[in-house]
Order: sequence, then C-alpha cells, then structure tokens
Amino acid sequence: MTLLGLAATNLQKDLRLEWRSRDTLNALGFFALLVVVIFSFSFDPSAEESRRIAGGIFWVSFVFAALVALNQSWARELRNQVLDAYRVSGAPPASLFMGKAFGNFLFVALIEALVSPLFVIFYNLRAIGSLWMLAAVFLLGTWALVINGTFFAALCARTRSREMMLPLLLLPISLPAVLAMVEATTAILTGESSPGMWIKLLTGYDIVFTTASLLLFETVLNSE
Amino acid sequence: MRPLIVLFVVVTLALLGFGFYQGMYAAPTEQTMGDIQRIFYYHVPSAWTAFILFFVNFVASIWYLMKRRTTTDALALASAEVGVVFCTIVLITGPLWAKPVWGIWWTWDARLTTTLVLWLIYVSYLILRRFSDSQQTPTLAAALAIFGFLDVPIVYMSIRWWRTQHPQPVIGGAPGSGLDPSMKFALYSNFVAFMAMAALIMWFRYRLAVKEQRLEEEHRARTLRSQLREVR
Amino acid sequence: MTTSAIANPTSSAHAVTVHNVSKFFGRFPALLGITADFKAGEVVALLGGNGSGKSTLLRIIAGLARPSDGSVQATSRLGYMAHASMLYDEMSGVENLQYAGALYGIASREHCASAMSSVGLDPGLPRLVRDYSQGMRQRLSLARAIIHDPDLLLLDEPFSNVDASSATQMLALLDDLKARGKTILIVTHQPELLRSLADRSIVLSDGRVASDSRGIR
Repeated sequence: MTLLGLAATNLQKDLRLEWRSRDTLNALGFFALLVVVIFSFSFDPSAEESRRIAGGIFWVSFVFAALVALNQSWARELRNQVLDAYRVSGAPPASLFMGKAFGNFLFVALIEALVSPLFVIFYNLRAIGSLWMLAAVFLLGTWALVINGTFFAALCARTRSREMMLPLLLLPISLPAVLAMVEATTAILTGESSPGMWIKLLTGYDIVFTTASLLLFETVLNSE
Repeated sequence: MRPLIVLFVVVTLALLGFGFYQGMYAAPTEQTMGDIQRIFYYHVPSAWTAFILFFVNFVASIWYLMKRRTTTDALALASAEVGVVFCTIVLITGPLWAKPVWGIWWTWDARLTTTLVLWLIYVSYLILRRFSDSQQTPTLAAALAIFGFLDVPIVYMSIRWWRTQHPQPVIGGAPGSGLDPSMKFALYSNFVAFMAMAALIMWFRYRLAVKEQRLEEEHRARTLRSQLREVR
Repeated sequence: MTTSAIANPTSSAHAVTVHNVSKFFGRFPALLGITADFKAGEVVALLGGNGSGKSTLLRIIAGLARPSDGSVQATSRLGYMAHASMLYDEMSGVENLQYAGALYGIASREHCASAMSSVGLDPGLPRLVRDYSQGMRQRLSLARAIIHDPDLLLLDEPFSNVDASSATQMLALLDDLKARGKTILIVTHQPELLRSLADRSIVLSDGRVASDSRGIR
C-alpha cells in the first residue's frame, strides 16, 4: 500500500472510531462553546470595538479548545499499545502521522465552523475584508495548531503528566502562528490593514513545521 | 587538564573585569539617558550569547539524532541550561533599564519580546527533559530543540511585523541607530567576556553531565562483571 | 556500549540469534548477558518469575526496545502479541483485522475473515472488541499477530486470564503453525499448557538464563 493510501486508511479508521464514540467532538464542541460564552461575559464590547478584539478572542478560545482535542488524539492507540503493533509491522510512520494530523484537523475545523456563527451573533460581526481570505486564515491557522499539536502530543505520550505537558510545549512554539492568526483575522474584520503578510507568515510556518513533523515523527515513535 | 581550566578561569575573570571597566567607566555617558544606559553593555551581549548557545543546542540536537552519542546530548543539555540563564539576564536587565528611562516596565518591543518567547521555548525544553523517562529524554528533547530553533526566525519576523503595525517605544534604540565607537568597544569587550564565561560554565556543566553518564556506565559494567562471575 | 542491529540472520538455520544481550533501565538490570540461538521451526517456552526479564527479552527480539549491550538478529517477518491487545476497542473484530492487514498491505477481506475463523471467532460478529471476553480478545490479538503469515511468532503470556476453551483453540492454531515450520517463542506462567507443543524451555531468573533444556519439566 502506498504512503498516502495508508494515511487514508488511518484517517478512515480515526473518523470511524470518533463517529462511534464522539468523545472528542462532544468535549471539543462543548468546551469551545463555554469559552466563547465566558469571554463574552468578560469582554462586553460595543460594535466598533468588537471587530477589533473578536479575532483575538476567537483564536484564544480555539487554541484552548484544540488542546482538549489534541491531548487525547493518541489516547486510543496508547490504551491498548496499538503503536507497538504499528512499529512491528514496519508500516511507514509518516502515514500514521498524516492520518492522525488530518483527522485532528477535520475535528477542530468542524467545531470552528459550528461555533463561528455564534461569534458573529454574540459580537454582531460583519467582515469588512474578503471572506475568502478569512477562510484561508482559518484553514492555515488551524493546520498550524494541529500539525504541531499532533506531533507534540506524540512526544508527550511518553512523559509523566501527559496532559499538562502538551500546552507547555505547544504554546511557546505556536506563539508566532497565533499572533499571525489573530492579526490576520482582525485585519480582515476591521478592514484597517492588509492581512497579506500574516497569511504569508502562516503559510511559511505551516510548511516548515509540517516538514519537520514528517521528518522527525519516526524518530519519536521509535524512541523507546 | 587542570592547569588549563585554571588558566581559562583567570582569563575569563580578567575579561569580565576589563569589560566591566569599559562599560561602567571608560565608555562615555549617554547624552539622553545618562548612566543607567550602561546596563546596555550587559543587556545586549547577554542576548547575543544566549542566541549563540541556543544555536549550539540546535546543532548538538541534530548531531545527537545522527550519531546517538550521550556526550553530544550532554552538550545539548548544557547549552540549553546556560542559554536560559543568559536569556533570563536579558529579560531582567530590559525592564530594569526601561523603567527609569521611559517610565514603563515592558513595551513588547521586538527584540525583548522575541527573547521572551525564546525563553519560554527553552524552558519548555528543560521541563520536557525533566518529565520524560530517562531512556527517551535525549531523543525527545532533541526533536523539541529542532522545532524550537526552527521557530526562532519565524518568531522574530512575526514580532517585528507586529511592531511595525503597532509601533511602541524600542528599548535600546532602533536597529540602525548609530553607536559611538568607544561604546562599540565596550559592547564587544563585554560580549567576548560573556562568551568566555558562557563557555566556562558550559564546560563545567558538560563535564558534570558526562561524569554522571560515566558513573551509570561503570555501575552497569560492574553489575555485568559481578553477575557473570557468579555464573562461572 | 554497543547497540543492537536487528537484521535478517546470515545463517538460515537460526531464526533468532541473541548474543550477549543486556538491558538496563537506569541502574536496574533487566537482562544480563543473555545468549541464545533459536532454530527455525523451534517452539520455545520462556519461563521465569516476575521481573526475570522475559517480556523485556521478547520486546528486544521484536525490535521494540534496544538492548543496552549486545546484539540481536531476527527475521523481520515477525508477529508479536503481548498482554495489551493492540486492538481498537471501538471497532469490531473483523474491522480490527482489516486495519492490521492494511499495515502489511493486505487488502483481501476474505483473508482477514479466515484469519478470524482460524482462532475460532465468527468474522460476521458485529460486536465491538470492548464487549469481548478476555479469551475472545486474546484470540483476536493472536489473529492480528499472524495476519501477515510471519515466520517468527513472539507471544507474551497469551493464555493469561483466558478461559479453557479459548486456550484450547489458540493451542490448536499454534500446533498448526508449528507443523508449517514457524518459529514460536512463548512467555508464559502456565508451562503445563505447552507440554506437547514446546520443544525446549528456557528459564530466566534475575535477568540471566537459569536453565535451557529440552521439553517442559
């Protein structure tokens, strides 16, 4: 089976497992909703200000919500030592990683799509800039969080205090990406500046870290 | 080895002393900020030193993944720890300088903020080392170190762009502002002194880590020998 | 300290060669200077008390752990079964086998179904693995381990907490595999089950080989 073929098999397996239990989607969705509501109570903006801060609030909410999903992304593999079977089979680790990362991406993106309308409602938003660019920022930004998150979740799987370690490792390295996501989103919502540079930065970030993850995942998987 | 180390310590102390003299006395007083500006001679060389040490960590991490030598991992650990120390000096001297001069502790200026993110990344590296199973620590840490260093240019670019969009006072003068030659001399002498000190501390830390590894290996060899002797 | 290379053995007579393997976890010696050769087609029982190093040795042979010293050579076509099932609880038996097969490039559904039947489980059973009994789970895990028809089988306590009927079915399969010339290493606390199957038994104690003899005593 080809590398991509096996990645697709892995993705299919993860989607099927998630559909049967819906653990991740439920937790992620509910958590994202809670965070949105809490922020709405904490920041009660006028329509003018809301455009300026909505980007920041949206992405901060989703960074924390994504952590919930990412933290347990390898849980089913770890529970019954499935990774041992994968390693023994000699199947390419990159396929396993890509399947997992893509699955995480779909889950987080799905919840983002469901929760965004709430944002529009709570903050009376109306994007001034291009919606296509906004979609691009969403996709690139989500990928930036998910690709490193999936990799670091695998890294943390072999540490004590697994759930605590992931945010400690992921957040510092994700800072430039989060900055880019927030600035680009704000630029589009307010129409006050161009998001172009930020989108380029996000693209560069995604390329660099997708490459690094693919190259180093095998080392981490076999680090025993 | 011993006399060489003693010599190195003496030279380092001499360089530090010379740098101190240059920074605190020989260099002229800055016209607008006054004597408080002399912190600059500690702030900037610390930043350069920290960056170089993190680069050493990056190279050592890659080298470890290629050759798997425990001594290389010891070098990675030592450079990260000492790098974090120098990074901390930058983060402390920055606000100490900013408060008297501009009346604010922190300005989210590009260089200081980049240093903060760097500090966070490498502290997370040290935390990972502490929390992982010792069998796997070198490999996992090396992977994280590579990610962390790859992030450095991206962090710098992102924060620079952020600051051009939302300008704020810049600690230490904007890049490109001229420096009086005698100030440059004080700056470089302190940089050399700091690099010497960093190398010295790293040497000791590295030796300590290698000694710990060697103790482990000797213990294992002893266990093996005694067990096999029993069999015969 | 030298580290291992897991490679195809140069001598075709030996399926597994273990040479002076030691394994330390920090200062704890799990294995000390283990040397053993296993011929193709041999069925060997690995016995010993808790903490004697049996599971560690199996993991090293499987390529899942690196020895601190010494080397291991084993065929790369191997199957591994341990106390953890290496299965997904939220999938059915045949779905699990189809996934395991996919890792080896096996796409045939019939192949997976027959692997499941070979351990006495009904491939049409829609029940999810999380609702399996321990005996069913162990049997499915064995089917997973042999899905790609490996020449070498490494089993770590396959019969633990398994009902008699399941154990019998597993033993029947192992008999069949032995007849087809497979090499099988079994770690077990129940040597009496292997009385007719095992050619040889090795007892480990405190990380060293305490005895290596024909049959099961």
